[in-house]
Amino acid sequence: MKVFARTPVNLGEFNIPRGRVHLILERCKGCNLCIELCPQQVLQVSDMTNEKGYHYPEIRLDREDSCVNCEFCTMVCPEFAIYTLEVEE
Amino acid sequence: MTSSHILTGRYFMNGDHACAEGAIAAGCRFFGGYPITPSTEIAERLSRRMPQIGGVYIQMEDEMGSLATVLGASAAGARSMTATSGPGFSLMMENIGLAAMMELPCLVVNVQRGSPSTGLPTLPGQADVMQARWGSHGDYGVVAYAPWSPQEFFDLTVHSFNVADRYRVPVLLMADEVVGHMVERVEIPEADQIPYWERKRPSGSKKDFNPFKAIDDDLVPPLAHAGEGYRVHFTGLTHDERGYPDMSADTHQLLVTRLVQKINRNTKDLIRTEAFHLEGARVVVIAFGSTARSARRAVRVARERGMPVGFLRLISIWPFPEQLIRDLAQDVDAFVVAEMNLGQMIHEVERQVDQPVLGVHHAGGVMLAPQPILEAIEKVTKNG
Amino acid sequence: MVKPLLVEEHPLDGMIRADRMPHIWCPGCGIGIVMRCYAQAIIKSGIELEKHVVVSGIGCSGRVAGYMNIDSYHTTHGRGIPFATGLKLANPDLCVSIFSGDGDLAAIGGNHLIHAARRNIDITVICANNFNYGMTGGQMGPTTPYGAKSTTSIYGCPEHPFNLVYLLAAAGANFVSRWTTIHVRQVIDDVLYAFKKPGFSFIEVLAPCPIGFGKSNDLEKGIDEMLLYRERCVHKPDTPLDQLGIDLREDQPIYVGRFIDREAPAYQPILMEEKT
Repeated sequence: MKVFARTPVNLGEFNIPRGRVHLILERCKGCNLCIELCPQQVLQVSDMTNEKGYHYPEIRLDREDSCVNCEFCTMVCPEFAIYTLEVEE
Repeated sequence: MTSSHILTGRYFMNGDHACAEGAIAAGCRFFGGYPITPSTEIAERLSRRMPQIGGVYIQMEDEMGSLATVLGASAAGARSMTATSGPGFSLMMENIGLAAMMELPCLVVNVQRGSPSTGLPTLPGQADVMQARWGSHGDYGVVAYAPWSPQEFFDLTVHSFNVADRYRVPVLLMADEVVGHMVERVEIPEADQIPYWERKRPSGSKKDFNPFKAIDDDLVPPLAHAGEGYRVHFTGLTHDERGYPDMSADTHQLLVTRLVQKINRNTKDLIRTEAFHLEGARVVVIAFGSTARSARRAVRVARERGMPVGFLRLISIWPFPEQLIRDLAQDVDAFVVAEMNLGQMIHEVERQVDQPVLGVHHAGGVMLAPQPILEAIEKVTKNG
Repeated sequence: MVKPLLVEEHPLDGMIRADRMPHIWCPGCGIGIVMRCYAQAIIKSGIELEKHVVVSGIGCSGRVAGYMNIDSYHTTHGRGIPFATGLKLANPDLCVSIFSGDGDLAAIGGNHLIHAARRNIDITVICANNFNYGMTGGQMGPTTPYGAKSTTSIYGCPEHPFNLVYLLAAAGANFVSRWTTIHVRQVIDDVLYAFKKPGFSFIEVLAPCPIGFGKSNDLEKGIDEMLLYRERCVHKPDTPLDQLGIDLREDQPIYVGRFIDREAPAYQPILMEEKT
């Protein structure tokens, strides 16, 4: 269902943060929590694996600039494997 | 340590109370326990005294919690103890193993009563002797002492804290109901007469500190307390020198061997015995705790009647004085072992000697009298 | 496809024993999430790292002590709380936390749990509740929901689980809250709050156990249970305590929130004189 909403007139005044995803490859266990729970759908499952055979997350081609540094992947990763840092404009 | 809390003086005091005062004199400031006859008086006295001296008395919901809380206090740097009897002692076994594995100093007083099970709560026994050595699962070393008077209950409480701190080991003070409940003269010395052995403390870089690395020949690693910045990890799992769990047979062999050798290598400092007329003795009586009082009487009477008998009182029951017994066996025809159980310490003696060992045993409930011990002495003297 | 920036270190590596990573927990296990929340709360607390101590019991949750880079004690089954009590009473300056699981805390450790709450000992208990005994392969435990499967309840669990919030509230705890591993921000906030709050604090965090509980109950992946939490959880802190039991059957809500927040005095040993 498409939701119709007005665009706030002062939207341009707000600086939407941008984040950069960092990954510690060998810690990932391929649980996919970050991929499925990212509100911006930034991540997808990679075809490649790390040394242990787990498919780690990679960034979707068209979503490279969509990360808003909400840090949810950082907080929900059980492995201390993924985190985002704010990109300074 | 302020000396004003040590009740220096001469008293007519109950054994359990003497133990409590011994703990205070030793600097114990944490008691976590549970009432159980015949050790309850220790808890009661400390519940009254700890608030007076700025210590902590906490009565836990059971004996497992009691020993766990004692170990936590020890990890934070306090001299801490608990007191119990047979049924509680059994409940504490898992955490005695934890104390041995984590190498946390602590004192567990067991005022033994008639056993097994609920047994005879208000009457004496000495049947927890083997349990003191082997009660928890696995191989580990313990130190255990057996007082025979309220005075010695005081003295050995002080000594037990020192041993526990120095060797990072649980010490089991194995009294019995007679010693715990009898009232006798107790002299509490001046503060500066009371020995205090420090724990071995770490030195050097905090970052590089290995909490389970034995740096000296005594195999005792230095102990870092919680809150001092060493960021130590203590676990009941088999661990390496860093304290990290390590699931390998080699590490296990190294660690467990060290825990056992830590005691075996230091027996000279740990073993305490008292000798009566051992020179020239052809028969040696061995006893400990309240039974030793009757044994000494029996030996005196036997000597008056001309029998060449001596008496070895065990003050430490673990580690067992194996070498001492073997040395005695060079010149002795027979041994008599008297204990308030159906045969526990006697096996330790039998293991060391070829001579006949006659046991004087009673399951407990009443102090062993001198008469049966005297009869045993006569029997082996006649045969020898 | 674009690779994320590949790095070797995590900002929280100072809080964990990074030389032991990766940890032993299964892919999708929620314990790592709760541990991360705990580590984050420690940093935010402003309390000296030296003063933070974690005590754990036995089980998968018990392994947290081994991974946290603070003074940590991995004790016997169920006895973490009394051990922590000893630490705190011997040195009241320590900020003592217990990190354990539903089995360790509520079954074998149940007696210690309720008594510590009764005494209102000033410690923070974080309970990673994954509805089973995970370490030993997924047996039923005191919080296994009615009818749920496990390796020792293949016909469905015949017992009703503890309503831990109700239990702790009745026992006398000052602070009791329940969240899940999807409520990461709330968990961090509550742990932080509990550190500073005197008295007994208990934070229950429902967590996925895909290999233990999940495999027997159609929740094969951690994400499945996380999505279940998202779907079923209702934030309603004024729900009557006796209605807070957890039922995982269809259409039953799981209530989360801060349920108890009171100011009863924390346990103090009786003191008549200065410490000697």
